[in-house]
Amino acid sequence: MIALLLRDLNLAMRAGGGFGLGLSFFLIVTVMVPFAVGPETELLSRIAPGVLWIGALLACLLSLDRILALDWEDGSLDLLATAPLPLEAIVTIKSLAHWITTGLPLVLIAPVLGVLLHLPANAYLWIFVSLLLGTPALSVIGTFGAALTVGLKRGGLLLSLLVLPLYVPTLIFGAEMARRGASGLSTETPMLLLAGISAASVALLPFVSAAVLRINLR
Amino acid sequence: MSIWEYANPKKFLATSEKVMPALWVLSIALTVGGLIWGFFLTPDDYRQGSTVKIIFIHVPAALMAINAWFMMLVASLIWVIRRHHVSALAAKAAAPIGVVMTLIALITGALWGQPMWGTWWAWDPRLTSFLVLFLFYLGYIALWEAIEDPDTAADLTAILCLVGSVFAVLSRYAVLFWNQGLHQGASVMRAGAVAGDTEERVSNVFATPLFVCMGGFALLFLVLVLYRTGTEIRARRIKALLARERLEAEA
Repeated sequence: MIALLLRDLNLAMRAGGGFGLGLSFFLIVTVMVPFAVGPETELLSRIAPGVLWIGALLACLLSLDRILALDWEDGSLDLLATAPLPLEAIVTIKSLAHWITTGLPLVLIAPVLGVLLHLPANAYLWIFVSLLLGTPALSVIGTFGAALTVGLKRGGLLLSLLVLPLYVPTLIFGAEMARRGASGLSTETPMLLLAGISAASVALLPFVSAAVLRINLR
Repeated sequence: MSIWEYANPKKFLATSEKVMPALWVLSIALTVGGLIWGFFLTPDDYRQGSTVKIIFIHVPAALMAINAWFMMLVASLIWVIRRHHVSALAAKAAAPIGVVMTLIALITGALWGQPMWGTWWAWDPRLTSFLVLFLFYLGYIALWEAIEDPDTAADLTAILCLVGSVFAVLSRYAVLFWNQGLHQGASVMRAGAVAGDTEERVSNVFATPLFVCMGGFALLFLVLVLYRTGTEIRARRIKALLARERLEAEA
């Protein structure tokens, strides 16, 4: 399992694109927002938590098809499926690798980008915590979507169409938590719900994704 | 005699064709009758004026939009567990009807919201969850269209339907948490609406034709699903026959 994780991480690092692309995309989205809505400090600091969340979500979405598509194309997914490791574990590792290469950097860079958007001082902690709690769910749900569309030739657009509605609850609770934290309200309820969604997705969805992959590999 | 006999496409076609004419007549009669009753034979509401009559399309359409997804969920479960092809095709056949119903509910809701709330759209929990439901329908239909192998498509869409249902319910509670809205609570089915005289109720003048419309829409959905499922079965049969013909021509 660790070998597989290391392999995926190495591939993501060395193949180029995978690792830096999501981050660059996140940066560009955040930079574009002030151009679109105007540079007023007050407005920007009010919408900053939401902008950071939607940027992170889109950056995550962008890299989803890399989770399985490359392994599908060169046939290593078939080999992995016949390996002694259960497919559920493989899917979990793949999600974990995606989270480490995409989700974690996004979480780390979000407070830095917050400076560009005049994020209120007390919100840095909350945007960090909410993304830390939410991005695992994004990766796992995304892996499910990637498994659904892995065999398709033009799966990219369809993948977005399938995955975005599934992201709605995570986005609502995550952005709500960051927003409440920014305005100094209690963040307990959305934090617990967000953590609950993440925990349930991580626990259950790998089984579904593995079932989907079995169907696709049939 | 069990319900599983209808998993046989031939039996399903024979029976559905027998009951369909009656269902067509009944559903159209109920829908048209209910709409005429609602539009022309009820008084204007003293506060809402004639816009109240949008209810006769809005509420039945919204009801069927949710129930269509629920029916797809049940059909997908039957396909996953018992692998009856008719069930998978019924789920496929129901999706476009569901998406149209959702669209009707959204559009009539906007038309109703403009004079009543002064806005076409509000990010209200009910409105938002219907929009999310609409997106789920689109994804479901797109996945059916994208996959070539029919059995793989049926499997994958069934799983998407199951997972999507969980997330649709989650979204429903998420938006409820996110924003308290303009849309009123469920007032049609409340006990007082039919029998008593509770304060917040839909008056019986409106409730009776509304129930007729709901019945009409439900039957219309049922007969459309039967009809479209029949079409899907025939389309698949034609494909099989063509394939067999090609094989024989080559041999």
